[in-house]
Amino acid sequence: MTAPAWTIPSVRAALEAKKVSSRELTSEFFACIERRNPELNAFLALSPDRAFAQADRIDAIIARGEQLPPLAGVPVAVKDVISTCGVRTTCGSRILENYVPPYDATAVGRLESAGAIVLGKTNCDEFAMGSSNENSAYGPVRNPVALDRVPGGSSGGSAAAVAAGLAVAALGTDTGGSIRQPGAFCGIPAMMGTYGRVSRYGLIAFASSLDRIGPFATTVRDVASILAVIAGRDSSDSTSVPVPVPDYAADLDRPVRGLRIGIPREYFGEGMDLIVRQKVEAGIRLLESLGCVPVELRMPHTDFAIATYYIVATAEASSNLARFDGVRYGLRVPGATLLDMYKKTRGRGFGSEVKRRIMLGTYALSSGYYDAYYLKAQKVRTLIARDFAEAFQQVDVIITPTSPSPAFRLGDKTDDPLQMYLADIYTVTGSLAGVPGISVPCGKTPDGLPVGLQVFGPHFGESLVLQLAYAFEQARGSSV
Amino acid sequence: MSPGILARYEPVIGLEVHLQLRTGTKLFCACSTRFGDPPNKNTCPVCLGLPGALPVLNRGALDLAIRAALALHATVHERSRFARKNYFYPDLPKGYQISMYEMPLATAGWLEIPLDGATKRIGITRLHMEDDAAKNLHEGFPDSDRNSYIDYNRCGVPLVEIVSEPDIRSPEEAYAYLTTLKQVLEYTGVSDCNMEEGSLRCDANVSVRRRGEDKFGTKAEVKNLNSFRYLQHALEYEIERQIGVLESSGRVEQETRLWSVAAGRTEPMRSKEFAHDYRYFPEPDLLPVHVSEALKAEILSKMPELPDAKRARFLREFQITPYDAGVLTTTRALADYFEAAVNAGAPPKSAANWIQTELLRRLNDAGKEIAESPIAPAALAELLRIIERGQITGASGKKVFAKMFETGDPASKIVAAESIGQISEAEIERACREVVEKNPDNVAKYKAGNDGVFKFFVGQVMRATRGQASPQLVNGTLKRLLS
Ligand SMILES: [Zn+2]
Repeated sequence: MTAPAWTIPSVRAALEAKKVSSRELTSEFFACIERRNPELNAFLALSPDRAFAQADRIDAIIARGEQLPPLAGVPVAVKDVISTCGVRTTCGSRILENYVPPYDATAVGRLESAGAIVLGKTNCDEFAMGSSNENSAYGPVRNPVALDRVPGGSSGGSAAAVAAGLAVAALGTDTGGSIRQPGAFCGIPAMMGTYGRVSRYGLIAFASSLDRIGPFATTVRDVASILAVIAGRDSSDSTSVPVPVPDYAADLDRPVRGLRIGIPREYFGEGMDLIVRQKVEAGIRLLESLGCVPVELRMPHTDFAIATYYIVATAEASSNLARFDGVRYGLRVPGATLLDMYKKTRGRGFGSEVKRRIMLGTYALSSGYYDAYYLKAQKVRTLIARDFAEAFQQVDVIITPTSPSPAFRLGDKTDDPLQMYLADIYTVTGSLAGVPGISVPCGKTPDGLPVGLQVFGPHFGESLVLQLAYAFEQARGSSV
Repeated sequence: MSPGILARYEPVIGLEVHLQLRTGTKLFCACSTRFGDPPNKNTCPVCLGLPGALPVLNRGALDLAIRAALALHATVHERSRFARKNYFYPDLPKGYQISMYEMPLATAGWLEIPLDGATKRIGITRLHMEDDAAKNLHEGFPDSDRNSYIDYNRCGVPLVEIVSEPDIRSPEEAYAYLTTLKQVLEYTGVSDCNMEEGSLRCDANVSVRRRGEDKFGTKAEVKNLNSFRYLQHALEYEIERQIGVLESSGRVEQETRLWSVAAGRTEPMRSKEFAHDYRYFPEPDLLPVHVSEALKAEILSKMPELPDAKRARFLREFQITPYDAGVLTTTRALADYFEAAVNAGAPPKSAANWIQTELLRRLNDAGKEIAESPIAPAALAELLRIIERGQITGASGKKVFAKMFETGDPASKIVAAESIGQISEAEIERACREVVEKNPDNVAKYKAGNDGVFKFFVGQVMRATRGQASPQLVNGTLKRLLS
């Protein structure tokens, strides 16, 4: 694998210098996808018409000598749970095999308004439910770093596409770690902003109170640039927040000396691979060398996060996925009665992990069980959020591993859903608390598998998270 | 069933009323709520429940719901919350309805209903907002024997559900409650309360108990009481049915029953159709609803006059009879019409009479609402002023009114065109002189103190003028000539 050549600044420089036209660059990326995608399976659909029309708009701006928008000509990929007008959006599911949305998600619209070129839709676990991308109805994605390994999930296609250089950046979604963990597995920075920072309008919901759209890119600076474009209040999403969006990229160079970095003991216990521990501890020492001050933390409710997450997320999913009933769009398997049609459509349309979660969630919301499961989980969620709030009284950011292990082999965990759920153990806490988080590359195992370091910040502390990640990335780059 | 047996039992009734809020757009999207548009014209990704679309609360709908709650003296909570009510049905595109459950918009209100010349207060348990479902179309298509169609125009239309306490004790009280509720909500502009267009729907919880008993009996829920006409029938039927069950030593089942208009009875719904576990949980796509004291105060300050207040004011300001005031305030539209006519110069008492007799009768015959009246309030006022001035008689006025109703022309134009009311004072004077001169005997009688013959003179003059002379003018002229 060769290192991806293009970044947002390099695309801009090449276009401005007229070394390449936007159309040529777009063609180059499509050619690249054509070459690599058969083995990676990162893309489910391509949108050349849309991409070239946009590229021609960019080339026209260049020809007129006008100011280029911030993401002009930047080829991006979009996870297939995010709606794209006129471009098939399957959520990695059979039930939406032929579904073509009549509207764009807000984040996609904002990317295009900023000049980005949408190349196509990336593979993912069905309805974003999974940690390995093996739950896609359209086959697993392979990790470009090691083809026998999973790319992580659920945004595995987006991570693999960027890591393999098939897109300069990509949108993924994170509900319990689905951006950060694939970022770690594929060795690229990947970020979710605060809940409410990026509009969810057009994101096909898995768990509404947890779902977030966020960027993958090959550099922290590019992650910052994408986030700045997609962030901000959207009147179509009541849960998006009217907090002003800073110029994240401009803030990256601020010094990190003196920042207090919290190291929660609960994230360094059993169940973590030794190599991951070594890499992350080395990463913390590197931050110390930059003048950051480590502070040991206790976050006592961490152990309950996985259970809490799988109740809240599945409960919401059981309701969110009710609309896929064969009546209006997507798959319909005819039946003798209405009920029969529902059963056959959903029986054939959904894969086993989706069915498992719908059943778990339906159970958690059932009368007689609601208090013991859903309501209790909501209370624990509040306690987990309080752990974070209290931690941020003492520290500026929190540092943890992103995942307990590097990318595992395809098929390793498919027979054991619980083992698979534990892959999210360090990421779900931040999801439940609603705080921003990033995974940045933190070295490689002797086998060459990337390890990720996770940085959490306080609500709307994206600038701080990005600054620290950027400083880490720069220091590591020079130290390697 | 004998009245004796019926009298041994007391019905206990609570009503759940769904009303469409009078907004231009739907509860969670910007689609129009217009009735009667071609199927599926007023739809968008949000109300079609397309994947990824999100609801955004219509503030206008919230304001109307708050207004309804305040008009019903309910406590509007500072914080309420939407929840998802989950069930599968083709008219429900999201697979859940967005309603309010454990945190409704308002609770603990009341409504006073007229009862045997007095009033009775019916408690209101709660008022909450929710979105309406679409409409399944099972008939009228070439392939209706095999397929059903769905019209999503209704889907997402804003509703309030108003749940009463089990304070209602008879079908008549239920009728009075529903009528009064409709009146209040129509008055406040909260809803059109149009049953034909489905903007008012009603379900009832019914039980019976032996008189003197404190405990409630087992209740049945009766659905589909979507007409004032059937409400009482259905309740009477259900009450008798339950008494019949108890009298034959049976037990009333807790169940949901459907009123069948065709069969004239309530019938149990198949258990599958209502044995739902709705799995309510807070709607994560919407923020909790905050209603500030300031917003409540603002809505209260703009609250339109309620029926009781309007009735009292009409009595006070216009000196009409309590009966007239009652009729004229039946609907806000009628009251507004009356008031507009008076403001345009109509004498209040004659406006009250003419509206209740001529106008309502003709509207009724034409099948029209007061809002569709071909005679505007100002036009009626003009007619009544012409009559009051004595330019035309009341009898001619009715003819003019009929023409106005037919053509929409103003009274003055019709009077001129039909040459009525053209009997000038000079002509009246001449007719009066003629009658006086031709009847010296009666003149003598009158002068001798027989006032009764005055009527004779008037009659003669009216006959001579074919009834078109102003009676006042005729009276005055005759009195002058005879004195
Ligand atoms: Zn709509």
